[in-house]
Amino acid sequence: MKALLEWLDHRTGCKKLLHEALYENVPGGSRWRYVWGSTLSFTLVVQFVTGCFLWMAYNPSSQTAWESVYYIQEEMWGGWLLRGLHHYTAQAMNILLVLHLMQVMIDGAYRAPREINFWFGLGLLGLVMALSLTGYLLPWDQKGYWATKVATSIAAITPLVGPELQKLIVGGTEYGHHTLSRFFALHAGVLPAAVVALLVGHIYLFRRHGLTAKEPKRKPDEPFWPEQVLKDGVACLAVLAAVLFLVVKHGAELTAPADPADNYAAARPEWYFLFLFQLLKYFPGESEIIGAMLLPSLVVVLICLMPFFGRWRLGHRFNLGMLGVLLFGIGLLTWQAVRADQSNPEYLRAVHQAEKDAQRVKELARGPAGIPSSGAVTLLRDDPLTQGPKLFARNCASCHRYGGHDGLGGVATNAPSAPDLMHFASREWLAGLLAPEKIATSHYFGGTKHVDGKMAKFVRKDVQAFTPEQRAMLVKGLAALSAEAQLKAQREIDQREAALIKEGRALLAGTELRCTECHQFRKPDEDATAPELTGYGSRAWLISFINNPKHARFYSKRNDRMPAFGDEKILDAHAIGLLADWLRGDWYAPAPTR
Amino acid sequence: MSAAPSPHPPDRRSFFKHAAALVVGALATVVPTLAGLLTLFDPLRRKAGSAAFIQVAALTSVPEDGTPRRFAVVADRADAWNKFPQVPIGAVYLRRIGRLVQALSVTCPHAGCPVAYAAGADTFLCPCHDSRFRLDGTLADPKSPSARAMDALEVELRNETEIWVKYQNFEAGKAKKIPLA
Repeated sequence: MKALLEWLDHRTGCKKLLHEALYENVPGGSRWRYVWGSTLSFTLVVQFVTGCFLWMAYNPSSQTAWESVYYIQEEMWGGWLLRGLHHYTAQAMNILLVLHLMQVMIDGAYRAPREINFWFGLGLLGLVMALSLTGYLLPWDQKGYWATKVATSIAAITPLVGPELQKLIVGGTEYGHHTLSRFFALHAGVLPAAVVALLVGHIYLFRRHGLTAKEPKRKPDEPFWPEQVLKDGVACLAVLAAVLFLVVKHGAELTAPADPADNYAAARPEWYFLFLFQLLKYFPGESEIIGAMLLPSLVVVLICLMPFFGRWRLGHRFNLGMLGVLLFGIGLLTWQAVRADQSNPEYLRAVHQAEKDAQRVKELARGPAGIPSSGAVTLLRDDPLTQGPKLFARNCASCHRYGGHDGLGGVATNAPSAPDLMHFASREWLAGLLAPEKIATSHYFGGTKHVDGKMAKFVRKDVQAFTPEQRAMLVKGLAALSAEAQLKAQREIDQREAALIKEGRALLAGTELRCTECHQFRKPDEDATAPELTGYGSRAWLISFINNPKHARFYSKRNDRMPAFGDEKILDAHAIGLLADWLRGDWYAPAPTR
Repeated sequence: MSAAPSPHPPDRRSFFKHAAALVVGALATVVPTLAGLLTLFDPLRRKAGSAAFIQVAALTSVPEDGTPRRFAVVADRADAWNKFPQVPIGAVYLRRIGRLVQALSVTCPHAGCPVAYAAGADTFLCPCHDSRFRLDGTLADPKSPSARAMDALEVELRNETEIWVKYQNFEAGKAKKIPLA
């Protein structure tokens, strides 16, 4: 073994290298304040290691990026841990960079002869920010997609070359496969290579000029190993512990797959870019360029010049003051951004909706149909539970309600002027419609012109005067009518009470309940003046109704204000189908876990 | 070349420091590596889909004279996160003598290339390393690179006319036919 080591050393000089690495002189002995550079190197190693492993499972294209990240996060062994480490270590780096910068500034390590090394450090800071920005897009989820879109839109306001620059970054005019390929190549290839190059220079210059000791020295000089290594190691372990805590407690977020057609209202950059985001709010119109480029560039130039200011008598204090003001400003802007969001109910609702969508798409992806090759985004686009409420809020909620709200949980300001459609066609809903005390309320016909129509009169007068036997018949009739809808929620009771439903069907068709005086049921009736009861509330019936309520099968010319959503091409067949499925409570639900 | 002596002579306290520094350093680097290795080894727990009988062809579509004919095997396929319903997942050669049907995997047992049927020569020929097989799948050449005959698959004749094949893959390069797990 010893001979082998000797041979290796003779050929490579590794002992000397190791010795130089470990026995660097630490003037004034090891101190905790020197650990930041090492923690940064450590986090960088963590990012390289976790990044390489993530690379082996990641797939950059707009149909597979989200899907592969979902697979890493939810399906692969330890994938949540791996991605969590990468995600939160990236955030830790941004904090450590600031701490390192502060220590270098306060200890005066940026001044001559270390100017160039200071600039190398600033370059590394910029590269890490670029890595954060490019990495944020890679999962191709709503959050990363929309936040990055803002960043690349800002690139477009660059003077002279803006639009061309944007096209180059995005890899075309629209976000797509090439945006991901480019961002991934930058994130995993170009930027890490640049980091390594700058870091080699950074450490070389650090060794060349030696450590800038904090005066006064408290102890005699020590070598780097083992005292300072131990302190550095403990600091690294503390960083790792903090990261692990966040991974276990919160995990790396994966919102719903990016959907360019969706109004995603919760788009925000990661918290360490919030100050730039907030800054933009203060520059109206075309003056945006001041906040987006001029001001940040000016600050960067000022920081780069700090080593020169530091030569003046009061220069060091001036620099420290400037850094303090800058950090305070960044802190203030971040705080303002967070506070504005926390007191914005629209934003909070959007975040809640985003969380719901994220949960739902994972539920669908785990379902028996899995993820189609067109990508997980189609899972949500074709999901009645996701699209139904959105379609309802946009198209129906100006008149209708759903359980008192607009479908998405929002409360409309105007009073409802059409029936509440939650549990439409269910036994309870129909029982309410046929209840003399309910039919004229805003829950049913109250807000419509049908409040004075034949049906309302029939219910309020005739049904009111029903004998107990007639009431019993009505219950059977309603059970039969509700069974026409074939609702998922009533499948069991419909099966169980098949005999009663058969009886009720006969009653509906007969004269006792007087339904067929106006409605058509099971057999053609040209004199029918009210909506057809055959298949009432079924998918086909509801789609036809939404397509055109003015059709002779339904309200004909007695239709109140409801538009013919299909025939007037307000909604397409796909949307109407989703709306009908949602109103009928028909969507994929995972089997309850025991 | 020898290392310069460390400024402090080793003692018990310094030994503890050395050990602690090593342990702490190791701990910090081992966590991300372990997380990565776990996901790297994730494929090891994925099993090949259990071989099931798949309907491949109708009896009448296979020539009665023993001439082999190639048929695609269509089934549901899962590829990591994607599920593809009813797509071609492979192919088999079917041969028939009377009502006796034989199924051979098109995958060469040598190194996995697709074996071609050379109609003129009445043999199967692998285009990669020239393994040759007789029509019944047995090795046609004692110097064949393939260590075993073409992989015969189990066949069932259902409802008189439907040919169902138990489609599966086997480890390549071995004299023994071992199903891939």
